[in-house]
Amino acid sequence: MRPSPAALVAVAGEQPLERAQAPVTAAAVLDLLAGGEAAPSPASSLPQDGEPRLRLLRRVGIADPDSIDDYRAHGGYAALRHAFALGPEGVLREVKDSKLVGRGGAAFPTGVKWEAVARQPARPHYLVCNADESEPGTFKDRELMEGDPFAVIEAMTIAAFATGCERGYLYIRGEYPEARERLEHALAQARHRGFLGESVMGEGFSFDVEIRRGAGAYICGEETAIFESIEGRRGEPRNKPPFPVEVGLFGKPTVVNNVETLVNVLGVVLGSGPSFAEVGTEGSTGTKLLCLSGHVARPGTYEIAFGVTLRQVLDLAGGVPGGRPLRAVLMGGAAGGFLGPGDLDVPLTFEGARAAGTTLGSGVVLVLDDTVDLPRLLQRIAAFFRDESCGQCVPCRVGTVRQEEALARLVAGEPRGGVETELALIAEVGQCMRDSSICGLGQTASSALESAIRRLPVFEGSGT
Amino acid sequence: MSELLAPRRMVELEVDGQPVRVFEGSTILDACRRLEIDTPTLCYGETLEPANVCRVCVVELEGSRVLVPSCSRKAEAGMKVHTDSERVRLSRKLVLELLASSVDLSTTPVAAGYLERYDAEPGRFGPPAPPSDDRDRARTGHHEAPDGRTAATVQQPVKVDNELYVRDYAKCILCYRCVDACGEQHQNTFAIAVAGRGFDARISTELATPLPESACVYCGNCIEVCPTGALVFRSEHELRAAGDWREEEQTVTETTCPYCGVGCSLELHVQSNRIVKVTSPADHDITLGNLCIKGRFGFSHVQD
Ligand SMILES: Cc1cc2nc3c(=O)[nH]c(=O)nc-3n(C[C@H](O)[C@H](O)[C@H](O)COP(=O)(O)O)c2cc1C
Ligand code: SF4
Ligand code: SF4
Ligand code: SF4
Ligand code: FES
Repeated sequence: MRPSPAALVAVAGEQPLERAQAPVTAAAVLDLLAGGEAAPSPASSLPQDGEPRLRLLRRVGIADPDSIDDYRAHGGYAALRHAFALGPEGVLREVKDSKLVGRGGAAFPTGVKWEAVARQPARPHYLVCNADESEPGTFKDRELMEGDPFAVIEAMTIAAFATGCERGYLYIRGEYPEARERLEHALAQARHRGFLGESVMGEGFSFDVEIRRGAGAYICGEETAIFESIEGRRGEPRNKPPFPVEVGLFGKPTVVNNVETLVNVLGVVLGSGPSFAEVGTEGSTGTKLLCLSGHVARPGTYEIAFGVTLRQVLDLAGGVPGGRPLRAVLMGGAAGGFLGPGDLDVPLTFEGARAAGTTLGSGVVLVLDDTVDLPRLLQRIAAFFRDESCGQCVPCRVGTVRQEEALARLVAGEPRGGVETELALIAEVGQCMRDSSICGLGQTASSALESAIRRLPVFEGSGT
Repeated sequence: MSELLAPRRMVELEVDGQPVRVFEGSTILDACRRLEIDTPTLCYGETLEPANVCRVCVVELEGSRVLVPSCSRKAEAGMKVHTDSERVRLSRKLVLELLASSVDLSTTPVAAGYLERYDAEPGRFGPPAPPSDDRDRARTGHHEAPDGRTAATVQQPVKVDNELYVRDYAKCILCYRCVDACGEQHQNTFAIAVAGRGFDARISTELATPLPESACVYCGNCIEVCPTGALVFRSEHELRAAGDWREEEQTVTETTCPYCGVGCSLELHVQSNRIVKVTSPADHDITLGNLCIKGRFGFSHVQD
């Protein structure tokens, strides 16, 4: 089966036109240009739509994302009410007991982060919801924001209540206009109905949320670059320590959490920490949104309990179409690592992925069949990091360039001093980037490339 | 008791197996210097907050997943630091190779010594790519795919657009010192900043306008802090171009600026009876080496 093309048709002018269509044909593009409507995509982006076991996605596609009443009819704002009953300490205790860890990529324990901010004497405290969602292959936060925007706002309110924040910022990627509109609409309704603003739900706790829009830089999703960006400066990561929990946004103690992490908190508070932790494994509690893309029959956002295997997830998504053989799976996105066809029994948990030498990261599962030009894909990843490096530190600013150049020589079959020399050069540059870069971008920019060299037969002598 | 009167507390840590005590708030670099452990630094400027961007000063800190920049990392009691482990040597070597293969370090005084000390071989990335004349117009997030036959560099024509000083960004290591000096740390003029991203990141005036059209007030405080010779007096640039820059023959005369009542200290660098540049002592606790346009460049009446 040939990969089906997608098209974004945009016409500027008095009445701008923007239509996305996939799969698309030339005739369909002409029709779109003439003002025709995009045909609905054949498959839903939520292949598990309506399944009763879903936790995070349970309202998506079911409750009206534009109606606070419908949100409440589907259980909305029950968690916040319960949080007020528990008090900040009670919420902190449940979140710690849930063993929830961050879903933005770094898997840091959420309870530990919240407690650290709650204990800081300096005031005010700030909350930042990281909705920059820029890791290539990640689209789960979008699903939550577009499909259940009130849940994101309710979860932010609970986080703020537990950690003593009066103001929250939701930093959203600029390419998500739909999600931003839904959230703005939801914020206005929540304010109007007393779920935000002074004395939320009449409980004497004041909190409000401001939306900030990114301008297309991957680096602005990094937790300290996001502060610089919100403060109106160039999005450059800060050296740590000091950590955000001590010196964060505007120099104040700050909680930064991913959208999915926050939405998990609703379940933690509604049930209890220990009951949340009953799903999943010891080290990875609860459920996880996975973003399946590439060569799978039913790509989209899936919610799985931690612990299922890669094989089970691929089966859930209908496997590789056309019966073609699986060549590789990129886990965790561009900053992640590859698994090979022999790794299908890896359990999808943070610890399981780590033991297999890769990462769950933000939940990317990019499936590649045997038609994929792997070296070309590696070049694309290297180019991505070169473009997205903020340019602050030498290991990342120049290291990404040198790796891209070495890769180009390998792909062209013109290695300088032999393939082995080139692979050693890539490894040495990678080591310096991992050890000495300022932030996670430089520290992980080499991971996918090096994991491909380790595991996959991309170059002579690699993957053995 | 007020903080000023409180005795400064000391912290004890261990560097390369030797115990060392430093004042609380000191950096690991301070501790290294106390022990006379020679630590390479490039972006660190004595009169500025550490930007910690070059990463040549990294050390291994027990318990830390990554190496840490010694110039900015505060010393803490009980730290165990290694300054010459294999990991440290590899990172320092790579940082030097990455810089030397992309930037002209010929006027960075410390570079040659560092490169030798860490056996750096910048040539292993390939011969340098030809200079570019459009770095100022690079589109963020776009670059041409390399073929790997040459190693990309920041080589570009020198910017000579005013009578007082030149900007030779082919020599710029992007240490941020000039930006910090021009901006909130010294001068508060904000004439220059970093533009672009990744390898295209560069020091630029607003929209890359020539200096005379920019916010620059020609204090020259960026020249004072620049460690690479990317920013130099026009007089120095011209003498160097003519092969007549002879530092060994120069004398330095200390004097006081006559232009106003502040009375900044000046150091007049004189070669063949002509003032070729003016600096101010960086260790002066009030001026920190900063001057204004009059003290920095107003010397022509002495010789013309
Ligand atoms: C280069 C880079 C980009 C990142 N982008 C995102 C992002 O788009 N969204 C996100 O939630 N976290 C992102 N992160 C992770 C954040 O730094 C941070 O760990 C996370 O927001 C913390 O939230 P969590 O604990 O809830 O996961 C990124 C990290 C790096 C290094
Ligand atoms: S690692 Fe890369 S993205 Fe991060 S601070 Fe350094 S240059 Fe910027
Ligand atoms: S001369 Fe002064 S004002 Fe001009 S760029 Fe340098 S520091 Fe800024
Ligand atoms: S011009 Fe000089 S001071 Fe400014 S960043 Fe470049 S090397 Fe540093
Ligand atoms: S001198 Fe410390 S990072 Fe540059």
